[in-house]
Amino acid sequence: MSAVIQAPIRPAVRRRRPVTLAVGCVLAGVIVAVAVVSLFWLPYPPSDVSGGRLAGPGAGHLLGTDKLGRDLLTQLMIGARIALAVGCGSIALGGILGVAAGLAAGFATRWLDDTIAAALDILIAFPVLLVAMLLVAARGASLSSAIVAIGLGSSAIVARLTRVLVKRILAQDFVTAARTSGTSWPRIVLEHVLPNIWPTLVVNLALQLGVAVLAEASLSYLGLGAPPPNESWGRMLQEAQATVLTAPLGAIAPGVLLILLVIGVNLIADGLRDVADPTRRRSR
Amino acid sequence: MSLLDVTGLSVHAPDGRALVRDLSFSIGPGDRLGLIGESGSGKSLTALAVMGLLPPGMTASGSVLLDAPGLPATEVIGAPARRLNQLRGRAATVVFQEPLTALDPLMRVGRQVAEPLRRRRGLRGAALREAAVAALAEVRLGEPERIARAYPHEISGGQRQRVAIAMALACEPALLIADEPTTALDVSVQADVLSLLASLISARGMALLFITHDLAVVAGVTDRVVVLRDGAAVESGTVRDIVTAPREPYTRDLVASARVFDEALSRRKP
Repeated sequence: MSAVIQAPIRPAVRRRRPVTLAVGCVLAGVIVAVAVVSLFWLPYPPSDVSGGRLAGPGAGHLLGTDKLGRDLLTQLMIGARIALAVGCGSIALGGILGVAAGLAAGFATRWLDDTIAAALDILIAFPVLLVAMLLVAARGASLSSAIVAIGLGSSAIVARLTRVLVKRILAQDFVTAARTSGTSWPRIVLEHVLPNIWPTLVVNLALQLGVAVLAEASLSYLGLGAPPPNESWGRMLQEAQATVLTAPLGAIAPGVLLILLVIGVNLIADGLRDVADPTRRRSR
Repeated sequence: MSLLDVTGLSVHAPDGRALVRDLSFSIGPGDRLGLIGESGSGKSLTALAVMGLLPPGMTASGSVLLDAPGLPATEVIGAPARRLNQLRGRAATVVFQEPLTALDPLMRVGRQVAEPLRRRRGLRGAALREAAVAALAEVRLGEPERIARAYPHEISGGQRQRVAIAMALACEPALLIADEPTTALDVSVQADVLSLLASLISARGMALLFITHDLAVVAGVTDRVVVLRDGAAVESGTVRDIVTAPREPYTRDLVASARVFDEALSRRKP
């Protein structure tokens, strides 16, 4: 029966965006693949120092070794795992906290909304580094400290965005229309509010993921990130700093991977917008 | 016994201005009442006050008594939210002026129509999908299966308003409030939507509160009219009385302008 009505409702042409999404997926996908492989196989054990110090690239060590004689490729692979774990973990934390707080503020009475908005502004003004230092002082440097610190920082940004988006959707006629037909608030949130704020939110979360990856590298560079043997790109940069002229690969390699991951994630963010929002799926 | 009894309804803005003043009217089961007035006369606020959905900060006083069959009679003003939510949709629901914004832009049309059907008739799965398509066919939408799969931006304004009417009817309300349902449409589409609305309502024996600024539109649909100006009723009566013998100067102006328009039209088609 439905075979008769096959006239396409929308033109299926989507040109530019899918390219950015595809390139982003390839870039980020390579890093994810490396991280996954690192869980099962590494060229050398992480603390193996049999290769000699600062060896150049060669057959035994594809990318050479660092100043302690550890294999560079091994460290880079572990670093990918750490970057993704901290990035995704902190975005998951920031997303859940942020959306919850934003929804609460969007629905709250005037004074509660003002209170939450003021608290968010303070939290946004609070440097992530300071939060991280406080956390590390309180519970020691660890993977989870980094995730919590970065997650808190991004939750404030996500919450502020969610609050504005929720308020905008709640003022729309279709919400009033849903209410006149007796739809309950929880259902309106699930059916109307979340799907409508989702396209904007998901793009913002993807951008935040890029920021979180950089924040993790910064924390590790300063020694506030995950301690060894969790080799992070940020700490590799810091360790390679002294020998950057004699063995540049030790600084270049983690730097390049960091840039690739962040660019890939940002391209995904850009491409996701159109996939998530059907009203934008029109050819131009 | 009436379905909706509005007595001495006043709506105040947060700054204390009275936007609706001492308005009274009643609608019995199956009745059709027109509420007519220019923009800013408080028509739409009256509709929202009846639903208990005034914008934040606005306060209503007086009495709005909704007494739909099968539901407990409820004084809307001051009623708890939970109670109002049971009433909304079943006792009364609203078709809004602008169908583009009254439909969720990110939800397929079929799902939006299915939502009240799911709640009202308890349908699920394939039966629910079929009922949604049937509801779209009932408002005389061609190719209802295709429309059901479309997003609101992919169909025309007239089709969107038909979808909005289908959603309202799917609630099976005792009273349908139509808030300028044809104002955003082309004149040719207007007539179609009006006759559709009128026929569907009489087929189901629903009561209608029709809100408009256009006397010509309301004259074809309703039996009685309340003329509203600056939030207060200036005149009320049957459509025939108002059109043939308006008592108030304001009503006379309304009738005269509708006449002028009518004559201009009839002169153009010899």
